[in-house]
Amino acid sequence: MSESWLMTNLRAIRGRSYPRIIGSKREPSWLFFDIFLPLLTVSAYVYIYKYMAAPPEFVGFVILGGAMTAFWLNILWAMASQLYWEKEIGNLQLYLIAPISRMSILAGMAVGGLFMTSIRAAATMVIGILVFGITLSLAHPFMLVGVFVVTMFALYGMGMMFASLYLLLGREAYHLSNLMTEPVYLASGMYFPVKALGFWAAAGASIVPITLGLDALRQLFYPSSSAEFGFLSINLELGILVVLSVLFVFLSKHSLDYMENLGKSTGRLTLRWQ
Amino acid sequence: MEAAVETKSLTRVFEPKKKKEGKSVMALKEVDLRIERGELFGMLGPNGAGKTTLLKILSTLLLPTSGKAYVAGYDVETQFTAVRKKINMVSGGEISGYGLLTVKENLWMFSQFYGIKSAVANQRIDDLLGLFGLADKKNEKVRTLSTGQRQKMNVIRGFVTDPEIIFLDEPTLGLDVNASRVIRDFIVDWVGDGKNRTVLLTTHYMMEADQLCDRIAIIDGGRILACDTPENLKKLVKMNRTFQLEVTPLKDKSNFGSIPGVESFTFQDDAEKDRTSLKFLLTDETAVSDIVSDVLKKGSKILSLQKTEPTLEDVFIKMVGKGFE
Repeated sequence: MSESWLMTNLRAIRGRSYPRIIGSKREPSWLFFDIFLPLLTVSAYVYIYKYMAAPPEFVGFVILGGAMTAFWLNILWAMASQLYWEKEIGNLQLYLIAPISRMSILAGMAVGGLFMTSIRAAATMVIGILVFGITLSLAHPFMLVGVFVVTMFALYGMGMMFASLYLLLGREAYHLSNLMTEPVYLASGMYFPVKALGFWAAAGASIVPITLGLDALRQLFYPSSSAEFGFLSINLELGILVVLSVLFVFLSKHSLDYMENLGKSTGRLTLRWQ
Repeated sequence: MEAAVETKSLTRVFEPKKKKEGKSVMALKEVDLRIERGELFGMLGPNGAGKTTLLKILSTLLLPTSGKAYVAGYDVETQFTAVRKKINMVSGGEISGYGLLTVKENLWMFSQFYGIKSAVANQRIDDLLGLFGLADKKNEKVRTLSTGQRQKMNVIRGFVTDPEIIFLDEPTLGLDVNASRVIRDFIVDWVGDGKNRTVLLTTHYMMEADQLCDRIAIIDGGRILACDTPENLKKLVKMNRTFQLEVTPLKDKSNFGSIPGVESFTFQDDAEKDRTSLKFLLTDETAVSDIVSDVLKKGSKILSLQKTEPTLEDVFIKMVGKGFE
C-alpha cells in the first residue's frame, strides 16, 4: 500500500463526507424533522412509563433509544439506499471510474452520515435530558466512548454492506428500508430494555449492532440497574460488537466487489441512458 | 508508444434478465479500433449504434463479452485500476453531483476522488471556471444552474483531474449554440496544447464531428463501418452527386429509391414550414429529371433544387443506407 494510494483514498473519504457534513448546515429543516418529531415519540413512551410508575431509569432508556433511532434511520436511508440513489443520478459511474477503493466512497458516506447524525442524536439527548430532567452516570467515560465508537463501527459496517446489496435489489430497496424500520425499533429495544424480549429473541436481535450497543450504553449510564435490566455483561457486548464490526466491514468489501463485478458483466452499474 | 485506445475484435452482447423477456442484443460486434495519442477522435452514429457501450467498456464500467480493449496500454478487464488513473469521462445530460453544494464544492469533491491536493484542485477549478465563463457562478448552488451551465460544470469536472485520455459522450447534447461552442473550443484547445492528450468524442451531430475531429469512425449496429479523416471519408462520396430538393408537402416517397441513378435518399417533413426536404445521393446526375417529374406527378411543387457538397451525413447515408435519425 503506497503512501500516495493511502492519501488518495483519504482524500476520497474526505471528499465524499463533505456533502453530508456541509448539508447539515445548509438544510436547517432537519432541526424540526430529525429532532422535534422523534421527541414526540420519545415523550409518548416517557408518559406511558410514568403513568405505569415504571422505574425512573426507564425515562433515560427511552431518551437514549430515541437518540439512537437517528443512527438506524441514517443507516437505512442514507447508507443502505445511497448507492442506489447515486446510480439514479449518475454519480455511481463517476465513483466507479475513479482510481480509488470503493470502500473509500462508502467510508466517506459513513463518516459524513455519522457526523451529521451524531449532532442530531446529541440534540435529542440534550433536549430530552432538559425537558424530562433525567440524570445520567458518567462514571466510565472512556468505556462510554469506546462502546459508542465500536457500536458505530459495527453499525456503519452493516450499512456499507447493505449499500451493495440494495444496489442489486434496485427499486425494492425502498420497500426494504420501510420494512426494516419499525421491526428493528422493536427487536433492538429502542424504547425498552432488550432483555424483556427473552434471551433467544434478544440474542437474535443482536445481529443489528444497535441492540447490544444501546444495551451497553444504558448499563453504563445507569450502572445501578445493570444487573436487573442489562442483557449481557458490558465487556461481552463490547466483544461481540468488535466481532460484528470486523465481520460487517469484511462482508461489505466482498459484497461491493461482487456487486461491481456483477454490474460490469450485466451492464447494471449504470442506467441505460447514462 | 502504445496507442491511447486499442480494441481487438471487441464484442459486447447484452442478455435479457429473463429469457422470456426478449432476445439478446449485440451492442458491439468485433470492433477493431486504434486511437493514437494526441488524437481528437470522433465516433459518429445514431442512437443505439453502440457508441456509449464502447465508452463504458473503455472506462471500465462494463466488461466485453469477447475481444480485448486497451486504454493507455492497459487491459480494461485486468488492469482497470491503472486505466482509471489515466482517464475521465463526461456524458451529455449528466445530472451528477449534489444540488446543495456550490459549483466549486462539487468540482472539488470530484477532484478528491483522484487524490488531487486541494490547493491544486482549487486553482484548476478557478482557471477552468474562468475559461467556461462560469467564474461568477462558482459559489452558486448547483441546483440553481441552467442546463447549459450545468453541462459546462460537468465538462470541467472531467478536465479538472487532468486526464491523459478523456471520453466525452455527446457532451453538447441539448445545449444552445453558445454553450456548445464554448465546450467545442475548449476541447480543441485542450487536445492541441502539445501534451499528447487524447479525446474520444461520441456524437450524433455531424457538424461537430466534422469540425472537431482528426479522425472519425462511423458506427452503426455495433459495427465500425468506416474510419478515417473527415476529408477522406467525404471522398468516399465524391464520385456521387448530392442534390437537395425543397418541395411542398409530399406524402408518397415510395418510388424514389427505384429511380435509376439514385443510390440513396433521405427526407424530412417540416409541418411548421409546410414543406418536405429531400436529399439524394446520385450515381448518375441525369436521375434529377426523373426525380423532378416524379415529384410533380405526385402533385407536389418544387420550391428549390440545390446541388450540394458532400458532407459526413452523405457518407453516413452511403455507409448505413439510411438517414441519421
